[in-house]
Amino acid sequence: MPVNADFQGREYPPTEPYRVSAAKIREFAEAVGSTDPVHVDADVARARGYADVIAPPTFAVLIAQQCDGQLIRDPDAGIDFSRVVHGEQRFVHHRPLTAGDAIVGTLHVDTVREAGGHAMVTTRTELATEAGEPVCTATSTIVIRGGE
Amino acid sequence: MNEHPTTPAAPATVRSAADVTVGEALPPVTIHVDRPRLVQYAGASLDRNRIHWDEPFAKQVGLPDVIAHGMFTMGSAVTLVTDWVGDAGRVVEYGTRFTKPVVVPYDGGADIEVSGVVKALDPETKRVTVELTATAGGEKVLGRAIAVAVLD
Repeated sequence: MPVNADFQGREYPPTEPYRVSAAKIREFAEAVGSTDPVHVDADVARARGYADVIAPPTFAVLIAQQCDGQLIRDPDAGIDFSRVVHGEQRFVHHRPLTAGDAIVGTLHVDTVREAGGHAMVTTRTELATEAGEPVCTATSTIVIRGGE
Repeated sequence: MNEHPTTPAAPATVRSAADVTVGEALPPVTIHVDRPRLVQYAGASLDRNRIHWDEPFAKQVGLPDVIAHGMFTMGSAVTLVTDWVGDAGRVVEYGTRFTKPVVVPYDGGADIEVSGVVKALDPETKRVTVELTATAGGEKVLGRAIAVAVLD
């Protein structure tokens, strides 16, 4: 089943807030091998001017991919998750994600296109606090490999 | 794998823009990735796609073997930049293409070689642009990998 091109331009309602925890930041930092103590030691983080421990630069993908799930899990979108590979990813950070943040994501489906027998879908997730402060723009292109 | 840094609280020693020159190379690193690490990343990131840990499944969907999460490669590669800058919170932009998968065999895993070069520096804003190169098995696995950080 091909990917549904009608999804291009779609914007989803803001998600329920994701609460950024110090525990998840530590777990993520350890998984990517980021040993900066700013991820695990609140005193270090505060000495650098942050409110609490901060996340590594790619942590935002965790929240963004949960937002992407709204599209990927939608049967009408026609995306076979087992055939999905990640093509491209970009983050623009307005400030670091910080423990204690409650982050709302708004998913935009920017483009849906076919190329070389594969489908490519570019999504953009705007992450902001509940109060509306922009935190990060995460842009992702997934490739849905064509069938043989 | 699970080292908990115990560095005492201290002000950040962020690299100064005055000490950086365009064309400068960052110290390269080798990142080892194996199946346990991918399971760890899957749990930490909540990306539980089976192609990253289930070998029969990966092969069934046409992949040569289990492949690393592109985001694992991207996330671990940028530690080259954050360690060099001196504060992980200084990265304001980071983007890449995933040009080739990092194939992670059960035996021995894989090594990702990461290097970086300063491509641009704005003395006004103190924003430094670093281009990263990441290879595994001699092939480039990241394309146009660019990180922008704010120096002191």
